[in-house]
Amino acid sequence: MSGVPQALEGVTVVEFGGYAAGPWIGKVLANYGAKVVHVESRDRPDGFRLQYPPYKDGKVGVNRSGCFSYFNDSKYAVTLDVKKPGGVELARRLTDWCDIVIENMRPGVMARIGLGYEVLKETNPDIIWLSSCNMGQTGPRAPTGGFGSQLSALAGFTGLTGEAGGPPMLLYGPYIDFVAALVSAPALLAALDKRKRTGEGAYFDVSQYECGLSFIAGALFDYHANGRIAERAGNDDAVAAPHGAYRCRDEGWLAVSCWSDDEFARLASAVGRPEWADDPRFASAAERRANIAALDEGIEAWSAPRDAAEAAVALQDARVHAYRVNTMADLFSDPQLGHRRTWRVRRHGEIDDQAYYFPGFDLSETPGDIPGPAPLLGGDNAIVFREFLGLTEEEYDTHVANGVI
Amino acid sequence: MLGPYRVLDCTGPLGWLTGRLLADLGADVIKIEPPGARLDDPGWRANNVNKRLLTLDLGDEAGRDAFRRLARDTDFLLESAAPGSAAAGLFDPDILIAANPKLIHVSVTPFGRTGPHAEWLASDLEMMAAGGAMSLAGEPGGLPVRVSVAQSYGWAGAQAALGAMMALTHRAATGRGQHVDVSAQAAVIASVAHAPASWDLLGIDSTRAGAFMTGRSVHGANYRVFWPCKDGYLNFIIYGGFAGQRTNASLVSWMTEAKAELGVLAEIDWGRFDPTQATQAEVDAIEDPIGRFFLTLTKAEFLDGAFDREMLGYPVFNVADIAADPQLEARGYWQDLPGPGGRAERFCGGVAIVDGKRLALVRPVPSAGEHSREVLGEMGFDSAEIDGLIAAGAVGVPSTLEDK
Repeated sequence: MSGVPQALEGVTVVEFGGYAAGPWIGKVLANYGAKVVHVESRDRPDGFRLQYPPYKDGKVGVNRSGCFSYFNDSKYAVTLDVKKPGGVELARRLTDWCDIVIENMRPGVMARIGLGYEVLKETNPDIIWLSSCNMGQTGPRAPTGGFGSQLSALAGFTGLTGEAGGPPMLLYGPYIDFVAALVSAPALLAALDKRKRTGEGAYFDVSQYECGLSFIAGALFDYHANGRIAERAGNDDAVAAPHGAYRCRDEGWLAVSCWSDDEFARLASAVGRPEWADDPRFASAAERRANIAALDEGIEAWSAPRDAAEAAVALQDARVHAYRVNTMADLFSDPQLGHRRTWRVRRHGEIDDQAYYFPGFDLSETPGDIPGPAPLLGGDNAIVFREFLGLTEEEYDTHVANGVI
Repeated sequence: MLGPYRVLDCTGPLGWLTGRLLADLGADVIKIEPPGARLDDPGWRANNVNKRLLTLDLGDEAGRDAFRRLARDTDFLLESAAPGSAAAGLFDPDILIAANPKLIHVSVTPFGRTGPHAEWLASDLEMMAAGGAMSLAGEPGGLPVRVSVAQSYGWAGAQAALGAMMALTHRAATGRGQHVDVSAQAAVIASVAHAPASWDLLGIDSTRAGAFMTGRSVHGANYRVFWPCKDGYLNFIIYGGFAGQRTNASLVSWMTEAKAELGVLAEIDWGRFDPTQATQAEVDAIEDPIGRFFLTLTKAEFLDGAFDREMLGYPVFNVADIAADPQLEARGYWQDLPGPGGRAERFCGGVAIVDGKRLALVRPVPSAGEHSREVLGEMGFDSAEIDGLIAAGAVGVPSTLEDK
């Protein structure tokens, strides 16, 4: 772990659950200095360890999943079986130790295994607790379990994505889980700040569905205020024209948009069609939109033989909004992301070198980092239970013998 | 929770959500807009509710002086000035933090304040392209499309709020503020899940999948994800595993109750069905009767029926469907506040229920100049100074502004 002072130094977090919605919060907190313990059991490891590719060399194994690893860098992992005698008590020692608990089980599961908020609060009265699930802990559909990939449809995202008249489009992965994690995580730290002042903890009931809606809040407002129902419309925009993606060389694509008549004139020159600037068909955004086919054809004639990254530079040099449509591979060679050190390679116990994502914000005094790779299943049992919790060697060995650890 | 803190919010769309999240957590967020700013944009209203509004012209030297004075007495500054612009010169973190060492200065820009593309122009389209999200949406091999309505604002705004709270945690321990530099491009990468890991570990460059799930069957069969129904589309997938088996079996019993034609479904033992081993012809035969059954259902009927049967799958909702969802109503999600002309306005509620209570919206959307006098007065300007700023046109108050 790095020696630079970090913002969340001394903050301790325990996670129950798996997949993305809960663990993504812990990952980001760990990147800025929090000590985060990810709890699994040997019988039921995190679903991302075994259910989704990529695996190192394509071979499945609990410690070979790049998917799990990508969402859990910089944490400690323990295996703890709460169904074995003494298991619940040991879990409670963990929750007594930490500042923050994050869980993303179905509503009621934590209480059923004896780890409900009300119970844990008895021995850790100022604990800060976040429960995240599809629908929230209350309401007629509270018991719904489900995947973020499908919840993204209920929350409006997929229906707003795709060509007008065509079907909705899939989003990669559990899109809404990351929304929920990022809009709710600030609340945890606000609660921590309040606790320093008042000594009080807090319980957060987070519905991933509701969190997702905060990313389409403008469209929802527009419906409530004006009755307008937003529809998918490909890449069209109400203000800018042109506004779209254009084919480039080697299956690349270039995103381009024009937000004023002046910018359009600059685009026209940059793509070798200066006469467009005086063409009445393109005199305003509305006219450009009405005659977009001719523009699209002209822009693509310019872009098609060009490399997308070079085309973007040419347009930006002319002060036109443009960027290569980065593929996943492109994200690793993007010069701006390189400047920010977005990818940080750490050596994982079985996967070997893996590039981990550093979040999109840099702090000037406490810069954050990827302090370590993702943990192996149960790989930190000794350090967490012996060092952090202070179990004696005998206690620890008993738990191991009982199959709790 | 953030009751003791004051936030100056000078952002455009990239940072609106940041201030909204802090306001919902209890901070006193003062939105700063120039005289004549448009306040009727739905996105502006949705994300600037729960804030106060100071109308201040930062293009005017007297306005800039007033801003520098305000920044000396504030906990957070949020801004999204384009790097290299005159406004970015005003928001110089070195100068502002030197004058107010406890200041947490948050810059939210398309690419961050430094680096080779820092001064590049980018709207939501380019930010989503730069962050990889666009390459994963659309038909395979076809046009990459934008994801939904503008999303980069959300990704950047949420990460900015998180960065601000981390800086606050550090400040509580040390008394020192700092600069938080947010890149929307880098923030958007959170939306592409683990797709980068497939490139990193296996050299597989994941791409857009259209309306079908690909890559699950060893025979290359594609599974339908979006199904037309009576009044739109449903999201449903033939999954394997425990939850998938239960879902598939429940669907067949639902179809049986409804006297729908089962076709090959009548013969399938879901306990043994393995989607990774199916051929396209087998998938098509399974999906055909399901597709015909779904055409007889509305989105609402599917939502209720799937919930009752503990099936995976959701309808593809639009904003009208979401607005009518009883689940949101039951949890007190929508917040109604007075709007212009006495008409109520409805907003998305705070992102959590805390100790049994929804994070509350306590302030309606402010109107132009509404809090100018109040805010400047609280922050140490005397009435002669305030009148001078108003007379110079650097500060707007309702009587000098047309309420848009």
